[in-house]
Amino acid sequence: MWEITLTHYLTVAAILFTIGVFGIFLNRKNVIIILMSVELILLSVNINLVAFSSFLGDMVGQVFAMLVLTVAAAEAAIGLAILVVYFRNRGSIAVEDLNVMKG
Amino acid sequence: MIVQALSFYVFAAVLIVSGVLVVANRNPVYSVLFLILTFFNAAGLFVLLGAEFLAMMLVVVYVGAVAVLFLFVVMMLDINFAELRQGFVRYAGIGAVVGIVLVAEIIFVVSSGAMSPAAGALGGSPMPAGVTNTEALGNILYTDYFYLFQAAGVVLLIAMIGAIVLTHREREGVRRQRIAAQLARDRRSVEIKKVPTGTGI
Repeated sequence: MWEITLTHYLTVAAILFTIGVFGIFLNRKNVIIILMSVELILLSVNINLVAFSSFLGDMVGQVFAMLVLTVAAAEAAIGLAILVVYFRNRGSIAVEDLNVMKG
Repeated sequence: MIVQALSFYVFAAVLIVSGVLVVANRNPVYSVLFLILTFFNAAGLFVLLGAEFLAMMLVVVYVGAVAVLFLFVVMMLDINFAELRQGFVRYAGIGAVVGIVLVAEIIFVVSSGAMSPAAGALGGSPMPAGVTNTEALGNILYTDYFYLFQAAGVVLLIAMIGAIVLTHREREGVRRQRIAAQLARDRRSVEIKKVPTGTGI
């Protein structure tokens, strides 16, 4: 209980990951919340990487967590740019309206 | 030891509660604010793990850039968010069942697994003793992982160019500065007139 092990951190990351997946599942209409859920998922991945890095005494996990951080920032910027363009064209951000390419 | 455990539980509890509130909130502005709280608590967990540099990176990059970007977009778009909530309750039940099953399975796998004692020796870059976290990270980031670091920079550059290309638009009726036209002007393109007092042109 008072000894914090790797399992504790991995459990927290697992719960956070599930919250992210659940958020995508739940907010199927709001793209902004879906993007935030993706951020939560990437954050849980980072917690996993840093926890393993710390408990194994290996710095590679932290380097990799930094790269994941970079990709997450790039993803948020591109995703929100696409969202702004989409809203400008359609006047809505509902996912269910994203069927222009449907044959 | 007990202080560390207590702070872990506090950070983890606030992290999970604010994570739930991110996805379950009615107002997207509150969602972004809870996202910021989530990032702060994750940074606290990183500090507990001894990754101070990544904790600060998380605060600076996520809270300072990404979350503010989200807030900016949420407030910029004029959206009726009540409409977007329809179907929320319909999927909540089955979603909760799937989520609980998923998290139970992951926790089962995570808690039943065991680390081999030799696993630490297999690492690529062992943590040096007597060096701060930032120095240790910098020592390997700019030497062993230099190409990955450069690739991350390229990813950010492409993201920046992509975002600008996507959102840039040519507007009608906007007066722009044309530097070539300005520089092409000389004395002949300007007419100087003497205006007598009291008459006008």
